[in-house]
Amino acid sequence: MRSRDLYSLLLIVIVAGVALFINFSPSQSFLSRDVRFHLGLDLQGGIQVLLRTTNAAATKDDVQTAAGVIERRVNGLGVGETVVQVAGNDRIIVELPGVENPDQAVETLRGTGRLEFIDPQGQYIPTGTVVRTTGDPNPAKLTNTNPVSGTATLTNTVPTGPIYQSITDGKDLDTGAVQPAFSQGGTLGSRPAVAFAFKGNSARSLEQFTSSNVGKPMCIILDSEVVSCPTINAALPNGSGIIETSKPEDRDRILNQLKYGALPIPLVVETSRTVTATLGQASVSTSIVAGIAGLIVVALFMILFYRLPGFLAALALMVYTVISFAIYRLIPITLTLPGIAGFILSIGLAVDANVLIFARLREEYRRGRDIRTALERGFEESWPAIRDSNVSTIITSIVLFLFGNSFGVSIIKGFAITLFLGIVVSLFTAIVVTRTFLRLAAPVFSEQNAWLFGIDRRSTPSETATTAEAI
Amino acid sequence: MENLVRHRYWWFAISLLAIVPGLYFLLLNPLITTGSFAIGLRPSIDFSGGSMWDLRFPGKVATDVTTSAIADIFAKNGFEGAQVQLSSVDVNGTATVEVLVRTVALSATDPNSQIAAVTNALKTTFGDVTRERLESVGPTVSQESTRSAIIAVLGASFAILLYLTWAFRLAPHPLRYGVCALIAMLHDVLLVLGVAAILGTFFGLEVDALFLTALLTILSFSVHDTIVVFDRIRENLINRRSGELFDNIVNHSVVQTLPRSINTQITTLFTLTALLLFGGQSIRNFIAILLIGLISGTYSSIFNAAQLLVVWEHREWRNWFRRGNPDEDQPAVPA
Repeated sequence: MRSRDLYSLLLIVIVAGVALFINFSPSQSFLSRDVRFHLGLDLQGGIQVLLRTTNAAATKDDVQTAAGVIERRVNGLGVGETVVQVAGNDRIIVELPGVENPDQAVETLRGTGRLEFIDPQGQYIPTGTVVRTTGDPNPAKLTNTNPVSGTATLTNTVPTGPIYQSITDGKDLDTGAVQPAFSQGGTLGSRPAVAFAFKGNSARSLEQFTSSNVGKPMCIILDSEVVSCPTINAALPNGSGIIETSKPEDRDRILNQLKYGALPIPLVVETSRTVTATLGQASVSTSIVAGIAGLIVVALFMILFYRLPGFLAALALMVYTVISFAIYRLIPITLTLPGIAGFILSIGLAVDANVLIFARLREEYRRGRDIRTALERGFEESWPAIRDSNVSTIITSIVLFLFGNSFGVSIIKGFAITLFLGIVVSLFTAIVVTRTFLRLAAPVFSEQNAWLFGIDRRSTPSETATTAEAI
Repeated sequence: MENLVRHRYWWFAISLLAIVPGLYFLLLNPLITTGSFAIGLRPSIDFSGGSMWDLRFPGKVATDVTTSAIADIFAKNGFEGAQVQLSSVDVNGTATVEVLVRTVALSATDPNSQIAAVTNALKTTFGDVTRERLESVGPTVSQESTRSAIIAVLGASFAILLYLTWAFRLAPHPLRYGVCALIAMLHDVLLVLGVAAILGTFFGLEVDALFLTALLTILSFSVHDTIVVFDRIRENLINRRSGELFDNIVNHSVVQTLPRSINTQITTLFTLTALLLFGGQSIRNFIAILLIGLISGTYSSIFNAAQLLVVWEHREWRNWFRRGNPDEDQPAVPA
């Protein structure tokens, strides 16, 4: 019996020690794993967008492929800790924490990346113009896909204007050949550019068109928008050439969109949430204060009310906190403001199990049992209540997780996860840890220091009254 | 105080008193003020779609900015009917004007030019403007969220009912425990929705995704409390002495679990109060709703769920429409 308790204590010390090491590791890594806290968008700022396809015929596979392309583009942006995730049948959630220029980033991700060359019939179409092509006669940018909500009226539903003949098909772009380049010479000097090459039919038709139209303009279209309308100086052999841009940012965007392939389906921004870092920073510090204040007050309450067992429970609560944080860092769990609230709320749950057990312990002791039996019975008798009540909370946290997950409401997901983990970890600390501590403390007990355990043999008035009634 | 069960109709009356004003604002007030039936809650953009702009004007004081001027700028840039709310925040010791603007959702195809147009127009009029937060929810997602929110609440309730019926399978009439726990839960849902309707009517509180989270948490905590009481009833029923009245068993169980209920409630109150005081502006409503709901949850588990078991045991509804005091009308023999 005693040796089993010592083993348990050893296990607890090891677990707590590892958890402490993870939390305070100077290199912020554990077994070559990065264990820094992952902060959610609401805490470190950034953007979250929910992209939805406007193509009703899109299959789950298309969405999956699109998510893959977006993921590669996201990695191309060089922002850490990003999330790209398919939700439901037609949605993709993208999270870019700490991104500096969120608007630009979203444009890069969302653009279909469909490169076309059109025959402008001798005209120079201004850069930025949205045009209709045979490849995409009804571009989404021309049709107003905005909802009719409130006072907004639907305008411009039918796009007008000429439909230009596409020379190339975006599908034939050789993504391997897309590379950064510099255009040489010309009147504008050296400018950032993107090198490209087409394959198959598109390569042939581009070569044909350029060779027979030297000296005339040809327009480069990216996602139905004119990038530029250069004059053809010479034929483009094998359908390869370069696209000139005026700014390095434009070059990066076009490069990123073309390099990782075109999106198989068009996407629109259904939902977006942008938060600045300053707002998040203030939240982090206030939550830390709230957490510490909550912990201290609860620990004090437990000690004042339950004396030594309360102190041991407070100790178990510290173990709980340390283990929880270590898990958040290890998995890792992205911390959001409601997520932290979920953790602080679960402190209450962790204490609840101990309150149940100690109340039971007091009762059993009053019934005349010795301290050891009262202790064991306190744990045994309160277990069904602890189990059943925690299962119902677990059910709720799973429902919340599913809800948060399918709508990209990551703040709810964060709450659900920390609440769930809180229940699981608190079951361990409230039962195993407190039990071991109490068993080891039991030999200290004697009739004289019963006050230390906050227990006595005296029946409370309520107890006598109800017993009397029952008889 | 000792015989909590005897006064059960008083407890029910207190519950009704707490719920009815909320129900008025939830159901009747919209009907009276607008003439058409509606739910008296203010849905946030999460459920109704639209966008929410959180703007700050550094170096400006409240009198420099007017809601109508801002609404005008939004209207000129394609956002008719923008709702503007002014407040003051403390940024590093200096008061700064913070403006919350609610508009229709951003364009799905070209949001950036809309954002740029509004921001530039604001900068021309007011000087420096920072955009602290901008959230936009499209109509597809908001409609689906509303539907799934309802499914989430119903699904969670049903799962809990099933689990409770299973957990109490050894007690007589296991379904009763599940149903009574659900009624207590309904009590808390109605109370919280009512409070939200009242706060929405007078202070513009919006029901958002976080509110739903609070509601579901309240549900689970309410059931949590109820289970602790029911578990004691189950245990005392198994060890029942012959001739012991069901009423007394329930009363005994409630009194036995009372210290635990109060202590747990106190610790949760401590943590929630800490969050309310220091937890950051954006979750303040969430915490306040949780606080109200958790108090309601503890009350309903002791004063509704357990008491309803007694009502059911005696099938007291048969006496409700008869003359006389139902308390004096109890059967002498335990059922």
